[in-house]
Amino acid sequence: MKLKNAIMGAVMAGFTVATPLAIAEDTIKVGVLHSLSGTMAISETTLKDTMLMLIEQQNAKGGLLGKQLEAVVVDPASDWPLFAEKARELIEVNSVDAVFGCWTSVSRKSVLPVFEELNSLLFYPVQYEGEESSKNVFYTGAAPNQQAIPAVIYLKEDIGVERWILAGTDYVYPRTTNKILEAYLLDSGVAAEDIMINYTPFGHSDWQSIVSDIKKFGSTGKKTAVVSTINGDANVPFYKELGNQGVSAEDIPVVAFSVGEEELSGIDTAPLVGHLAAWNYFMSVESDVNDEFIGNWHKFTGDDGRVSNDPMEAHHIGFNMWVQAVEKAGTTDPDAVQEAIIGVTVPNLTGGVSAMLPNHHVTKPVLIGEIQDDGQFDVVWETKGMVAGDAWSDFLPDSKDIIADWRKPMSCGNYNVKTGVCSGQNL
Amino acid sequence: MLLFTSLLFTGLYTGNTDAENGGIGNDLIDQIAEELQNRKTIAAAIDEILASKAERKREWLEALLSGTLYFRKSDKKVVTVTKQGSSFELTAASDGSAQGTAGKREISKVKINNSLRKKLRNAIAEMALDDPDAKARVVAVEQMLQSLDKSKLAAITQRASTETDSSVKKLMLLATHLNALDNGTGPEKVAAIQIIGNNTRDIVVQRLTSLSSNEDPAVATEANAALVEIQKRISFYEKIETVLFGLSLGSVLAMAAIGLAITFGVMGVINMAHGEMIMIGAYTTWAVQQALPAFIEYSLIVAVPLAFIAAFLVGVLIEFLVIRHLYGRPLETLLATFGISLILQQSARTFISAQNVPVSNPSWLSGQWHFDPALSVAINRVVIFFFCLAVFAALMWLLRRTFFGLKVRAVSQNREMARAMGARSARIDSMTFGLGAGIAGVAGVALSQLTNVGPNMGQSYIVDSFMVVVFGGVGNLWGTLLAGLSLGVVNKFLEPWVGAVLAKIVVLVFIIVFIQKYPRGLFPQRGRAAGD
Amino acid sequence: MLSVLRNDRGGQLILSVLLVLTIVLPYLNLAFPESHPWHFSTYQLNLFGKYLCYALLAMSVDLVWGYMGFLTLGHGAYFGLGGYAMGMYLMRQVGDRGVYGNPDLPDFMVFLNWQELPWYWMGFNWFPVALIAVFLVPGVLAFLFGWFAFRSRVNGVYLSIISQAMTYALMLAFFRNEFGFGGNNGLTDFKDILGFPVNAQHTRVALFVASALSVIFAYLLCRSIVSSRAGRVVVAIRDAESRTRFLGYQVENYQLMMLVVSAMLAGVAGALYVPQVGIINPGEFSPLNSIEIVIWVAIGGRATLYGAVVGALLVNFAKSWFTAAFPEYWLFALGALFVLTTLWLPYGVAGLRRGRITA
Repeated sequence: MKLKNAIMGAVMAGFTVATPLAIAEDTIKVGVLHSLSGTMAISETTLKDTMLMLIEQQNAKGGLLGKQLEAVVVDPASDWPLFAEKARELIEVNSVDAVFGCWTSVSRKSVLPVFEELNSLLFYPVQYEGEESSKNVFYTGAAPNQQAIPAVIYLKEDIGVERWILAGTDYVYPRTTNKILEAYLLDSGVAAEDIMINYTPFGHSDWQSIVSDIKKFGSTGKKTAVVSTINGDANVPFYKELGNQGVSAEDIPVVAFSVGEEELSGIDTAPLVGHLAAWNYFMSVESDVNDEFIGNWHKFTGDDGRVSNDPMEAHHIGFNMWVQAVEKAGTTDPDAVQEAIIGVTVPNLTGGVSAMLPNHHVTKPVLIGEIQDDGQFDVVWETKGMVAGDAWSDFLPDSKDIIADWRKPMSCGNYNVKTGVCSGQNL
Repeated sequence: MLLFTSLLFTGLYTGNTDAENGGIGNDLIDQIAEELQNRKTIAAAIDEILASKAERKREWLEALLSGTLYFRKSDKKVVTVTKQGSSFELTAASDGSAQGTAGKREISKVKINNSLRKKLRNAIAEMALDDPDAKARVVAVEQMLQSLDKSKLAAITQRASTETDSSVKKLMLLATHLNALDNGTGPEKVAAIQIIGNNTRDIVVQRLTSLSSNEDPAVATEANAALVEIQKRISFYEKIETVLFGLSLGSVLAMAAIGLAITFGVMGVINMAHGEMIMIGAYTTWAVQQALPAFIEYSLIVAVPLAFIAAFLVGVLIEFLVIRHLYGRPLETLLATFGISLILQQSARTFISAQNVPVSNPSWLSGQWHFDPALSVAINRVVIFFFCLAVFAALMWLLRRTFFGLKVRAVSQNREMARAMGARSARIDSMTFGLGAGIAGVAGVALSQLTNVGPNMGQSYIVDSFMVVVFGGVGNLWGTLLAGLSLGVVNKFLEPWVGAVLAKIVVLVFIIVFIQKYPRGLFPQRGRAAGD
Repeated sequence: MLSVLRNDRGGQLILSVLLVLTIVLPYLNLAFPESHPWHFSTYQLNLFGKYLCYALLAMSVDLVWGYMGFLTLGHGAYFGLGGYAMGMYLMRQVGDRGVYGNPDLPDFMVFLNWQELPWYWMGFNWFPVALIAVFLVPGVLAFLFGWFAFRSRVNGVYLSIISQAMTYALMLAFFRNEFGFGGNNGLTDFKDILGFPVNAQHTRVALFVASALSVIFAYLLCRSIVSSRAGRVVVAIRDAESRTRFLGYQVENYQLMMLVVSAMLAGVAGALYVPQVGIINPGEFSPLNSIEIVIWVAIGGRATLYGAVVGALLVNFAKSWFTAAFPEYWLFALGALFVLTTLWLPYGVAGLRRGRITA
């Protein structure tokens, strides 16, 4: 009886521990909401480390507004409802001023209402399907027009690809991207029978039949390419199977949107040489800021072998934008920062300058790289200047009339220019 | 022939001749070093090499293609490298002389892209037409067939007259027939179709497809008839291919499940940490490759026993610390082992890395066996299939033919009676559990060749493994093997039909329905152990 | 109804604690302003509400596992289906406030170019329909599953594994975008429930109270079932199936009834869970989730009902706390918790009281 009471007591005591005790300490708190366990830990732990490094660097520079920054790290454990719970905890219990986090679309969708309700800020660093613009979210990864479409243009014009295989994992990002690409390809005169679309479940590990289909689809003599939106874990067996069946990059190149340096560090890259990826940043990019960033990263992790990747750069951009906006506004108040951050420009790691747009997306260059046998990418093509992120795709019938502009007086994430209606806002 | 002998000659005696007289035109490579470094000028530089008459040309091209051609920053010399641990051993590209070693930062790689790679391959193919090795000649002709033109055809026909190897000769004749299809007169085309009309190669099919609407009706009819024949053959091969894919998937499923068939089937322990035993085996493979980077070729042979031992020891430890205290409460083992699996996963994350780790495929496992242009199997799939059978056979032998196996079976059938007869049940349990874990570890080595090696890998196999064991009939190893193979084949036949996602759902529903009909799986266990 | 608690000290305790919390916590939340030290924050109330849904779910598992001996590894399926039924209602309530402003279709359907609402979404804008679905859909699935499985006398691990196969198949199906439930992203960004904004403080308090009352009511229901004649037959089936059968009982019918009731309770838990966490996603069907539920029950102590409640609260509280306090190492702690309770608390936390199993 006693022990039982003790346990119930502990449960209740825990609740009180979780209440905000000490707000007295004068720091600016930054929430880090990345999975450190579960299936997504594989990608997200690196981003947590990146944030810790960026915060440490900022503190070394004297902090922000004369205060030190303090990182609050939680583990949403790749569990989507837990993401919402942890976001609420960060904002309500830990009173953080901004949150950097999420990877998957579903995790972002899960926390979005929380950020809107509690009016806090989320910086989301991963390429995604677009079709969203929230007052409280800043999308520092690529929108489809900053990754997928330029990649297809490159394949079509520079490589002369005529037949297309759009292969993806069955979830929203690949579905939307493929939809946009299909519309784009049909628009540009590709015949419907020259496009093959294929979806596989998460973590699909047996690619024999699909690779064999790809081989057959590519055997007509027309140049064929695979546009891959295959998600993280399924990529290794996919590439291994391509190697197994002797599909080389010279015959059928695969351009991927979710395979970066981090993913390649877990693969034997020898059979992958020559396959492509489209990103806004590659570790191999030659620029002084990039060298410095990589140097710091190696020092911070104490490991010279650690790679850097695109979402890390997105956090780098997002964090510096936030810092600048806070300095400009002179406060961390979310409304003031939201207003101040639009138009803020920061150097990105490829040597250019990225700006925060009124639709809460950023401008970025688009690079296409070929995989090398050391797991790095060699840039073979890049856009001339920066590409502005487009929240609402022009290639989807329902979103082509929608624009986002968070400047006053419009202040709307989805304004339909035809009907003049601003819909779907939780304000 | 002159070129041939000179190539052979330089190939054999590079060191001496070149060091003495500098070779003919071999300085070229150092002259264009700067151009090779620049992405914009490299294509022109390679053209320059191709146009030159440098003796070492083929070696340069091959080094470029394999990514071993580097540029030494200090003196702008082009070198070929071989990796020695963390540093590189350099050889001058111009004369083959040793140039000492250098660190990663002192040299930079000459980077090429896909279109250059293709160009290089074509150029090398033409040179390799005279290679003394028949295999190299096959590769060369194959490569040239892909983009046949007049000069290539001339080179091939010229070489064909002196060709002695039959398989090379066959390919070379194919080239002349293809040429007839492209450029011949109507009757020549018909004759060519009649000869190669049963060839399932893409390049033949492509030509026949375009000839099937030829204005010459004789050609068109002949081409159409040939296409029908070819399609028949191809669809027959496709069926065989699907079966082979299914068997391969099945062997992976069975491989992952066999260990579980022992811990779960024989001992009745619901081992949720089974997936992590597979993970341990896969990490062992990685560790072996890290420890012996120079022996990647033999790494798997070393890894198999080590993975067995590592997983065996972890298994014995788990049995000693946890399972032992839970006998008679089989369902509770599920809870405890689930906890263990969480701990093991997080250990991999914390102590190794949250990221996947790379495991290389040894070269003897990569490549394919071609039975026909339309039918080939990946060597590693075949090896894994037979490896699975071998593991299974070894296990059967152990359980059926050894004294240890007798005791295991005795304990699993009737613990009290076995003890009364003098079997030390505690020790046997511990060994059996270790054995199950060890087999899972061995499976991990095989799986490391096909999929991710990382903290999550165990989870992706655990559910499937349980399905396989239950479908096959708990306690029956034959059942597990057959269940794995048949589920693999069923899955592969469904996949082209309904897609990968639905195929998996259909298989699961099939298992559910099957169990209704046969509540004890494919091979129900008989005898005392079956009762409960 | 309360008479069923006569010999159930644990139940009395848990229910009184719950009843007190149901009254006190909302009072502390509503009566005191945020700055007041006695204020109980909405966040914590909401969190507690979520745990109560888990408690309800755990209880439903205890009913079939503890009392009937069917180690279900697929209860997440019923929970998820109940959740989806509620999620569909909430989604329809969004109306034209979605991002595309389409009054007839949820956002994800517009997104996939669907032209009209699929038939199985019809009526879900109407709460009673959704409420019926919350009971009916899991109930019917359980009925079909049980009808075939129990009749074919599938039992033991075979039954466990096919229940796992069922939830796994459902997970894969719901992940498919063609299935019409939002694929991987699931259903989210809810606005109103019964005309009240889901995120408002009062709605949250109401949902908490609803969850607490559901747990209390479900407890009484389960207790009366297990102490009824039918409940005893079920326990008899657990302990000696064949003997019960030979005594003339229609074993399948009892098992079927228990499973259907349990599935409906799980469905209700899911329905209460969704508006509180704000998302329902196929991840709820994941086999590992269902295993976790079983673990809550084991830790609390099976075949006690109140043990399931305690186990669910305890484990989830630990999880929430660990993930914030030791984000990098919490899995070690959780894993160790599972191992140690199994080894040293064979009858779970409830067993601490008596040291023997209660049936």
